[in-house]
Amino acid sequence: MKWHVLRPLGVAIGLIATIFVAREFLVPDDFGVHGQNFTYGYHRLSNIQEWKDFPVKYQGRENCEECHEENLTELNSSSHQNVECENCHGPAVGHPDPNEFLPLDKSRALCLRCHAFLEYPNSDRGKLKSIVDRTHRRRDECVKCHNPHDPRESDE
Amino acid sequence: MTCSRRDFLKEAVGGTLATALPLSAFVFLTTDEAKAAIADAKVRWAFLVDTTKCVGCGLCVKACKTENEIPYDAAVTRTWVERYVVTKDGETHIDSPMGGRDGFIDDKIRDEEIDPEDIDKAFFVPKLCNQCDNPACVQVCPVGATYQTDDGIVLIDRDWCIGCGYCIMACPYGVRFFHPVHKVADKCNFCYHRISKGMQPACVECCSFGARRLANLRDPDDPVTKIITTERVAVLKDEYGTKPHVFYIGLDASVR
Repeated sequence: MKWHVLRPLGVAIGLIATIFVAREFLVPDDFGVHGQNFTYGYHRLSNIQEWKDFPVKYQGRENCEECHEENLTELNSSSHQNVECENCHGPAVGHPDPNEFLPLDKSRALCLRCHAFLEYPNSDRGKLKSIVDRTHRRRDECVKCHNPHDPRESDE
Repeated sequence: MTCSRRDFLKEAVGGTLATALPLSAFVFLTTDEAKAAIADAKVRWAFLVDTTKCVGCGLCVKACKTENEIPYDAAVTRTWVERYVVTKDGETHIDSPMGGRDGFIDDKIRDEEIDPEDIDKAFFVPKLCNQCDNPACVQVCPVGATYQTDDGIVLIDRDWCIGCGYCIMACPYGVRFFHPVHKVADKCNFCYHRISKGMQPACVECCSFGARRLANLRDPDDPVTKIITTERVAVLKDEYGTKPHVFYIGLDASVR
């Protein structure tokens, strides 16, 4: 073969070799299929553990019950029994230590998520007890009259 | 060069067999790998959404954003709730302001007033990643940054993603988005950090109406699996062949 063929061929082979050597150093050791297929399973194995180690924020009502049993007893006998504590009180991560107080959401907007009247006859939303935001004591927060742990009776 | 007919046929048959033998036949699993593959096959996560129970409070979206550290005021979310209002003239009005993060407290849809008398039906549809068996988003990834775990969850390797956005385009359900802080693709993973500890996903935990439930399809005693296998459930965009694993009760034809 002539030199003008061999020279670029040498350069091309050299480049490919460089890529393979670089790949050896740059691709992490645990990259592979790990018993799965190449179409969907080619991954860095340690990433699965990285996701498993992601911090949990919402702790669940069993966690709340350990100290706040009274509040849960009241809640469980009310129509709000299915409402998770952390929906209003905020995620309990880091509570009670170091965060003694959780950011309690007493806003009207929170209650309106379920209790703003929408006339949807064939949706469960239409069946919930609800108010028309524009006409029902606009300036007051709901908790002024209604106890969120037992909303059956209002204080007035 | 000479070659008898017998030799030629011998070589030809041998050569064809050798090329037909897939390379994967030469991959041998170690004992540990084989054990792991069998043990992990005990879990296949799936999800059940009961649209008849959803009231559109949006607390699932709020919980998801908080739990998964998705910037609260950015217009991206891993799960969202859509409102469908079908009127008597055949029109379908759809909205999902901020993914339904603050619930649906206004009867206006996209600033349009709809007379309740005109409404045929109205309902809410929560959406999230379908954790497909054939995930289109995984196939298009050029760097192997997204993959399917053996329990069926599609994960994204944040260290390895180059943010090209192919997967965001490939997902037929539009569940992927560009994470504004980490500058990588992001999506719902059924709260993988929670379900692998035996907890429920944040959206399931915060749903007061039981509209969202997690299932392990490999566990025949799982109550949610029983519902999926014995009751009439539907999936979104079945025609794409992605084999989605979020099942819906009461899914309307108008849902896209």
